[in-house]
Amino acid sequence: MSRTRVSTAADAVAQIQDGDTVLVGGFGMAGMPVVLIDALIDHGATDLTIVSNNAGNGDTGLAALLAAGRVRKVICSFPRQSDSWVFDGLYRAGKIELEVVPQGNLAERMRAAGAGIGAFYSPTAVGTLLAEGKETRTIDGRDYLLEFPIRGDVALIGAHVGDRAGNLVYRRTARNFGPVMAAAATTTVAQVTRVAEVGELDPEAIVTPGIYVDHLVEVAS
Amino acid sequence: MSGPLDRDEMARIVARDIPDGSYVNLGIGQPTKVADYLDLAGGVVLHTENGMLGMGPIATGDDVDPDLTNAGKQPVTELPGAAYFHHADSFAMMRGGHLDICIMGAFQVSARGDLANWHTGAPDAIPAVGGAMDLATGARDVFVMMSLFAKDGTAKLVPECTYPLTGLACVSRVYTELAIFHLTADGVVVPETFGIEFDELAERLDVEIRRPPNRE
Repeated sequence: MSRTRVSTAADAVAQIQDGDTVLVGGFGMAGMPVVLIDALIDHGATDLTIVSNNAGNGDTGLAALLAAGRVRKVICSFPRQSDSWVFDGLYRAGKIELEVVPQGNLAERMRAAGAGIGAFYSPTAVGTLLAEGKETRTIDGRDYLLEFPIRGDVALIGAHVGDRAGNLVYRRTARNFGPVMAAAATTTVAQVTRVAEVGELDPEAIVTPGIYVDHLVEVAS
Repeated sequence: MSGPLDRDEMARIVARDIPDGSYVNLGIGQPTKVADYLDLAGGVVLHTENGMLGMGPIATGDDVDPDLTNAGKQPVTELPGAAYFHHADSFAMMRGGHLDICIMGAFQVSARGDLANWHTGAPDAIPAVGGAMDLATGARDVFVMMSLFAKDGTAKLVPECTYPLTGLACVSRVYTELAIFHLTADGVVVPETFGIEFDELAERLDVEIRRPPNRE
């Protein structure tokens, strides 16, 4: 029997501890696991490091977690947006730490974590401010920066349908960071619009195999 | 052309120079407009770094789907033949040299092709890079679309960038309202000007420019 459990949002996030690194899926609101984030706010864990592409939009989801004062550090590619007032205010007040990572390096660093890669050389950001402090190596005449994996204690992601074995399918561009984060965290929680029975999903169509998924939380679509 | 190009004319000129069959990523802002002039049914395939090939035009009305957006998080549509993939794959295809052309805006471009478009360097600015560095480094060709002069009148095509860099020697062409610049190993070549004579353009820039070889 699968180790994946169908849980309530509250049960699924209960293990998150103060100081944890939490990978949060989504690109803008597409794929953003809003129900899981709300449960994390209710749960109360604090001093968190959040890894996500953005640093919250509007006043809901990640922005609400930031507004509740639970986040010590954000690792993301693009914090500043027209509706990122919560993050902007905390950052300007010196109340939150920021590590800006180029979007592709962010994805690949999490991929590396999930794939057991110790580190890798990326050409992205060579010669820029974001190269500072990184080891440079020239390979076949091209310069690369040494990049280390980003691991999560927990990943909170949004998917479309999950079956009871934890297999996930996504919808359109809401897939974004989901598959990468699912593999990069010790515990992965997926918010899905429907929990399917085992055998219902086409095995050829599975994007994230259930081995990476610990909890499924069904939410209204 | 009688005068400087407006934004639509610039987008049309950029689209004209994209070969059929190209895989193309359009940056946020002005480059998005290029899509209006591309033959998306006939050959050019748009990539969006949030995980899609075969992106169609902006979605309106009933076609709006919150699960289907471009990199600027605007609702878009999917075309027949579209494919979805996760972020690591999306940037792998870019970094791996599979994407033909990326079109971006810029604060500055140097004659050597250095690109500055992610950070003004202002002390109170919140840094945000998104996929700009990955695209600048990964796409086989980077075309920049920008106004040639900043609001204060200084040229944005410069001998050396003073803004923080996005990528080194990555830009191959710069499209502006006054001229097109090809950044080549033999220098900055100007194949076309719009509403300005070559000599006046040369005078207004600190970068040395050349006419195409067959017109020198």
